[in-house]
Amino acid sequence: MRKTAALASAGLIITAGVALADTPVLTIYTYDSFTSEWGPGPAVKAAFEAECACTVDFVAAGDGAALLARLQMEGGTSDADILLGLDTNLTASAVATGLFAPHGVTPDVDLPIAWDDPTFLPYDWSHFALIGREGGPAPASFRALADSDASVIIMDPRSSTPGLGLLMWVKAAYGDEAGQIWADLADNIVTVTPGWSEGWGLFLEGEADLVLSYSTSPAYNIVVDNDHSLRALPFSEGHYMQVEVAGKLAGSDQPALADQFLRFMLTPAFQSAIPETNWMYPAVMPEGGLGEGWSTLLQPEVSLLLSPDEAQALRSAAVDEWRDALSQ
Amino acid sequence: MARRAVAINLGLGAAVAALCLLPLWAVARAAVGPGALSAADWQAIRFTIWQAFLSAVFSVGLAIPVARALARRSFPGRGLLISLLGAPFLLPVLVAVLGILTIFGRGGLLNSGLAALGLPPFSIYGLHGVVLAHVFFNLPLAVRLILQGWQSIPAERVRLARSLRAPQFRVLEWPMLREVVPGALVLIFLVCLTSFAVAITLGGGPRATTLELAIYQAVLFDFDLARAARLALVQYGLCAVAAGVAGLIARPASFGAGLGRSIALGGGSRLFDGVAIGLMAVFLLLPLGAVLVRGAMGLSSLPATVWASALVSVTVALGAVAMVLLIAVPMALLGGRIGRGLALAVPLASSSLVLGAGAFLLLRGLVRPQDAALGVTMVANTLMALPFALRILSPAADQARAEYDRLAAALRLPILARLWIVYLPRMRRQIGFAAGLTAAMAMGDLGAIVFFAAEGQATLPLLMQRLLGAYRTEAAAGVGLVLVILSFGLFWLFDQWGRGNAAT
Repeated sequence: MRKTAALASAGLIITAGVALADTPVLTIYTYDSFTSEWGPGPAVKAAFEAECACTVDFVAAGDGAALLARLQMEGGTSDADILLGLDTNLTASAVATGLFAPHGVTPDVDLPIAWDDPTFLPYDWSHFALIGREGGPAPASFRALADSDASVIIMDPRSSTPGLGLLMWVKAAYGDEAGQIWADLADNIVTVTPGWSEGWGLFLEGEADLVLSYSTSPAYNIVVDNDHSLRALPFSEGHYMQVEVAGKLAGSDQPALADQFLRFMLTPAFQSAIPETNWMYPAVMPEGGLGEGWSTLLQPEVSLLLSPDEAQALRSAAVDEWRDALSQ
Repeated sequence: MARRAVAINLGLGAAVAALCLLPLWAVARAAVGPGALSAADWQAIRFTIWQAFLSAVFSVGLAIPVARALARRSFPGRGLLISLLGAPFLLPVLVAVLGILTIFGRGGLLNSGLAALGLPPFSIYGLHGVVLAHVFFNLPLAVRLILQGWQSIPAERVRLARSLRAPQFRVLEWPMLREVVPGALVLIFLVCLTSFAVAITLGGGPRATTLELAIYQAVLFDFDLARAARLALVQYGLCAVAAGVAGLIARPASFGAGLGRSIALGGGSRLFDGVAIGLMAVFLLLPLGAVLVRGAMGLSSLPATVWASALVSVTVALGAVAMVLLIAVPMALLGGRIGRGLALAVPLASSSLVLGAGAFLLLRGLVRPQDAALGVTMVANTLMALPFALRILSPAADQARAEYDRLAAALRLPILARLWIVYLPRMRRQIGFAAGLTAAMAMGDLGAIVFFAAEGQATLPLLMQRLLGAYRTEAAAGVGLVLVILSFGLFWLFDQWGRGNAAT
């Protein structure tokens, strides 16, 4: 905390020094928890301002979906130079708006999958996973969960990105049988929360055995509270990934600066801030690897990810299928 | 004079309605193409109406015996209990839901008790859970509204009824209920109509989809503004129907003037009243107690920014109070059913997301969204609290005018003197209650600001949201507690001022 404050004030002093020379401003649209004092925002801002002779201006909205909606409402008149915080389930919608420009970078990233998206670059990732407690039920697949009487809390795919990720996970793993899987899971699902934090809160209250979250979620409890009681359950069908990305706006008035930021995003200065503020894996693994608590985390054998176009094409029908199966 | 007053009020009411409808127009204008509602939308509409109807009926139905008991009895702590009735309504949704779960949840007190007795567990998730949470929020509000009705029956009438051996219920209480209850029903119905987080979190699954969630999906995930506008219009349509029905049922009661003293009605069964008050107190105080306990554990990990955020929240709340009173007091006094009706119903049926999106579209290019954030928050909170303030102030204003207008006119009292000597003292209790409610509602609202990210300080609810998003559940509970204490503190200050030295 204090370190962040020191970095931020160092950044302030540096920017104050050059503010007279009409500093260019780089406007980054991102989600709320990225910019908050507990997120990566403050460290990223300080590190980039130290090398760009510019001012980084974060504009926050609730989540990736809200960011994209805001951009679309602004049309081509947005102040945004960079949009940071979509995941691959939403990038096809973003590309379809025509508001984004290609990044022109061939990135060298450490993801379980190859990265060839011409418009967006990844900055962090994790696997979706069901989190349970030590000694609690630990089904090894969606089918096993459906056959057990373990209770689970999930998020709504119509109002949250993890909820949408789970929908795509079941679709990617089961295809046409997804509807049946959901119907079988109906009696295990305690409730569907509007967002991640409500679901996580209910789980911590003991409202269910399992909750939908990330394979990296237990790292927070290990690193911050030295609490080793949470487990991400390995599922035999594999785990769907959330890859969080950033892209440059075609209408940016600082295209060179935006390009510079996207390159900076994949350097250690940005990447080292990610693990213990965003609790995700960095897109580029730092030299010394990750801290102590990260070694015990779940390492799925199979990583699932639909291409952005597939995810976009499937979304509406998958939501209907999910709703109908759970409304019986 | 009267006709002009009604016209002014119609203008005010229309302005309030326009403030709500203009954003909808902006959203609809940005949309392309017509479209029909899907089967799923109809299902959402049915569920929305059904849960709101049940929530309103249970909240008001249970509030009547409790309010009657409170009107008839005096006991130590009565004043405090009546103050506490303001508390649930002003809890942030997630805080309240977690409080309710501590009692009714899977690992809650109730299930521990049932398990000890060897009984099967109770699951709160489903329609009954949604209604239970809505009753927790709204029953106390209904009690306060109906209690005011009981207190407005002049002592002289009660004595007269007694000396004539007239049936107290039929000549005094029934006319009063007929005036107060429909309004309370509609108010709560509309509050629950636009419910989003409660309904979905406790609903147990997509069966419990409300219109507001469908609007979220349409705006945020599909960016289908046409659909969002259609759904928001349906919400307004439902609101118009509900307000119309209430208007048909409600009959103003006129008891004539008294010396402004109320009297305990007496009568009835002490046991029954004691049980009614006791049950309600337990139902409200247990979850509230759980909120306090949870928050107290988080107080040690409060972030340093909490006090700056508290200052922002209090500023917004006080701004909303000033705006609400400046609009609601004149509107209550001017009379005119249509103008009042517009301001009473339209804001309540507004989707906060459509308000936010519409305001964003309207202000685009005129002002930077970040600069407008606090202003938009204040206006949105003013709109949301206005119906409550009007509902609370109108009966008192009508009564004051019915009883003293002729006398004031005969004395040729100038308008300001009339306000100062005649109206405001007779509305003081209601003004205090309305101001307190507005302040508290504005403190806890996240509402319409999703597109207006404010730079610098976050409000307390936003700070709480950020802590939750960063896994810091305990600190979030601590911030929640600070928020609850400040909201309730503001509410209590205003409410106490309004009640003055009266023991009611």
